[in-house]
Amino acid sequence: MRTRFGDRLLYLYTWLIILWLASPIAVMIMFGFNDKKSKSNTSWQGFTLKWYQQLFEIDGLTEALINSIVIAVASTILATVLGTLLGLAVGRYRFRGKGFTNFLIFAAISTPELVMGASLLSLFVSANAPRGHLTIIVAHTLFSLAFVVVTVRARVVVLDPSLEEAARDLGASTWDTFRLVTLPSIMPGVAAGAMLAFALSIDDYVVTSFVNGSTQTFPLWIIGSVKVGIPAQVNVMGTLIFALGALVAIANSVSARRRAR
Amino acid sequence: MSEAIPAIELDGVVKEYLSHGETVQAVKGVSLAIGEGEFFSLLGPSGCGKTTTMRMVAGFEEPTKGVVRLHGQDVTDVPPNKRDVNMVFQSYALFPHMSVWENVAFGLRRRRVPDAEVKQRVGEILEIVDLTGREKRRPREMSGGQQQRVALARALVNRPRALLLDEPLGALDLKLRQAMQIELKRIQREVGITFVYVTHDQSEALTMSDRIAVMNDGLVEQLATPREIYEKPASKFVAGFIGTSNLLTGTVASVEGAGAVVRLGAEDRILVSGPSTAGETVDLTVRPEKITISTEQPEGDLSVVRGTVNEVVYLGTYNSYAVGLADGAEIMVFQQNANDSSVTAERGDTVWLSWQPQHSYAL
Repeated sequence: MRTRFGDRLLYLYTWLIILWLASPIAVMIMFGFNDKKSKSNTSWQGFTLKWYQQLFEIDGLTEALINSIVIAVASTILATVLGTLLGLAVGRYRFRGKGFTNFLIFAAISTPELVMGASLLSLFVSANAPRGHLTIIVAHTLFSLAFVVVTVRARVVVLDPSLEEAARDLGASTWDTFRLVTLPSIMPGVAAGAMLAFALSIDDYVVTSFVNGSTQTFPLWIIGSVKVGIPAQVNVMGTLIFALGALVAIANSVSARRRAR
Repeated sequence: MSEAIPAIELDGVVKEYLSHGETVQAVKGVSLAIGEGEFFSLLGPSGCGKTTTMRMVAGFEEPTKGVVRLHGQDVTDVPPNKRDVNMVFQSYALFPHMSVWENVAFGLRRRRVPDAEVKQRVGEILEIVDLTGREKRRPREMSGGQQQRVALARALVNRPRALLLDEPLGALDLKLRQAMQIELKRIQREVGITFVYVTHDQSEALTMSDRIAVMNDGLVEQLATPREIYEKPASKFVAGFIGTSNLLTGTVASVEGAGAVVRLGAEDRILVSGPSTAGETVDLTVRPEKITISTEQPEGDLSVVRGTVNEVVYLGTYNSYAVGLADGAEIMVFQQNANDSSVTAERGDTVWLSWQPQHSYAL
């Protein structure tokens, strides 16, 4: 009887956790369908699809979202390419300054965003760099890079070095070896790093708010509109971004299951 | 060796590493020539330099000194992807994200072989290694023995001038290993390619090789046929490493023509050729299965020693005796269970051990 009670408790606990994790998302999705009459979007007033129809009718919001997507894509590509190369280097080779490089990577992850944002701002100001898209992309690349390095490095250290030797032995050039053997072998780490980089960039507020100049991003626009009431389109956009993320996660787990078979 | 140009030639090859600021010589000067179509083994304990030697042939290591030649051509500075040899790795090193077919076709595709020919050659080699019908499998879906054969096919399909095998059977269990030894020998005969086989397993080397280079501490101790290495080990190390061997130390009592009489104890008399000075101390070796054990003093012109049986072990096809000699040394004797399985002597018995003079060598 004790085990059955324990089983039930575990069952209940599991569902409570799931509920707890899912409730903010559920609320966000739900209020995207709220037929609200006032500025604020905090009480349920009936079902509507009109926010989906009028999704892009707030110019500032649409522009901020586009900015955010452009910045996230650019910084993800940059961070993934640079982070993969760095991850290969620190995972594979012994070189002067390796310990220091690892320390910098750790520092980039653990530095509070406020500190990073403030120091980047003074850097950009003293370098006389006009703040805007470019400075945001540089900043986002900087903090996502370290996460890519960490996920790639984890794959590289368990990579059998004789795989690359076998490719060379079979006549592959250095580039072919990287393209056909090394990269596919570390791909799960690269993909995980890229997803992290994208997720970190698309919702970053703190660092962005220091270096944005006059450029608005999705998170900045939302925070700015809190006082006057967040339009329901924000919920809809949030829902769509979440749906995209969920799709990627599902596709990833399906392909992982297929690979494991 | 014939006059023909050897498939692989090492000339005074030395490999040094820098380890913790100190120079370590992994290979201390190896010169050897491997003939076309030969099954050649590099045999030795771990750390003897055999793998490093092979990796210099493959091109993964650059010799500190010396020259590597493939078919007479100096390839010392040629990168591995430009050398006409292929390697089978100890870990197989199959590409996990590719199917069996893609793995095997990898080398041909790098060489831009036309698609039709790739298809045909991959099909042929998979048939030789008995893997037809498994083309679409991933390496991880296959057993160790199958993966082994994929690795072999992936190297052989390129028709290299020589195939290098780095302890390829090390990860397999005993039964499979023995089956694969015969299989490897068959495949080598079928394709007629030079095989260079690195192993620490002496029975593997003896079974398959045309010639063996026994390596120890960065040097070749002996290079000869399996029979010669077993019957006439050139050094104490080779005698001890290959099979079971009895090492004895005695003093030359007298020299009679070409032979010498060596004594261990008062009643012992070992005949060996080689030593020529009376009073000299010599090390000599004799294999356990060459020795006859008897309870009466044997007649004839034999080497004879006297001892006490310390241990008798029944091992199925033979009995094994450990016989203690007067000077404290212990000799192993294997006696075939040919007619009946009864033992000649029991623990504690005093016995005579004898053998033909040609079976012991001074080292």
